Amino acid sequence: MNFRYRDLFLTYLKIGLFTFGGGYAMIPLMKRELVDNRKWITEDDILDIFAVSETTPGPVAINSATFIGYKLKGFWGAFTATFGIVLPSFVIIVLISLIFDAFMSNRIVQYAFWGIRAGVLALIFNAFIMMFKKCPRHWLAYTIAAAAFILVAFLHINAIIVIIGSALLGLSTLFFTIEEKKK
Amino acid sequence: MIYLKLFWTFLKVGAFTFGGGYAMIPLIQSEVLAQGWVTEERLIDFIAISESTPGPFAVNISTFIGMDIGGFWGAVCATLGVVLPSFVILLLIAAFFTNFKDKKGIRALLWGIKAAISGLILAAVFSIGKTVLVEINVFPSVPFFASAAIFLLMLFLLYKKKHPILIVVLSAVLGIAFNLIYNLF
Repeated sequence: MNFRYRDLFLTYLKIGLFTFGGGYAMIPLMKRELVDNRKWITEDDILDIFAVSETTPGPVAINSATFIGYKLKGFWGAFTATFGIVLPSFVIIVLISLIFDAFMSNRIVQYAFWGIRAGVLALIFNAFIMMFKKCPRHWLAYTIAAAAFILVAFLHINAIIVIIGSALLGLSTLFFTIEEKKK
Repeated sequence: MIYLKLFWTFLKVGAFTFGGGYAMIPLIQSEVLAQGWVTEERLIDFIAISESTPGPFAVNISTFIGMDIGGFWGAVCATLGVVLPSFVILLLIAAFFTNFKDKKGIRALLWGIKAAISGLILAAVFSIGKTVLVEINVFPSVPFFASAAIFLLMLFLLYKKKHPILIVVLSAVLGIAFNLIYNLF
């Protein structure tokens, strides 16, 4: 395969620049660029890569870039793809951040953000609904979810400690068979 | 040393985020709000901008907070921190154990984490909801139910599969319209 780092970098720069929200929003563009245009991977590869990226820590967008980059060209391929997908975000946010406070001192902008905050609450609530659908259908899973909510919302326990604790509780599923109710 | 602290904080956030994007918010709240680096209200504004600018949400929000606290090099350290765990872990997996997710122990650990994530995000909803619906102190004269109405409308639009950017833009327009009309009386 005639392969150049520059192409890999530019492809991921494009994916980083033209997807909003990251994660699954990236799939259509990744398919067009990596599968249809470059023919570097197949469509099945993408699904496999997302299955892996979902079960490893960290942002799905970064995980998939590192994974595909490595598969294509080893360590420096992974580095190039990851750098490419991070760069547009980084530059755009640095620029926005420079003018943010001046921007926020405008009254109309303050009105806008008053409305936006309620919209953000809806976005996060929607994320909760999505995640709840992915919660295993089992009493122990529901108990873990409820305990996680109470520990963080009311007792202000650090979320990282709760994640470590629930992972350890998950290990208990090794000792008894989990029979999940059909969805 | 603020740079080192930013790097370490976001390294932890990157290493314990499962499911991407919004699953990061409870971690950022625990790690960033607890240090007193930003207020919750400012964090909500950062979330809004990170959602409506291109690129992975995780990178956007980390760059934003890093920039806010430590300037350009703060942004570099925070972004490097959030990316590094993913990068290293995925390299190891790609190189050595592509089949790691079929290991029984790993699946059991992930089962527990998957169970916890919805509870964690609900905790984020709870604390951000308190800020947005109850403690809005920018315009104390505006009744809270106006915020609640925007929230419910946007939730309905999300249920109808509308794009998050439309949600941000529409809530901005409603926010301006409501305040302008309210101030007339």
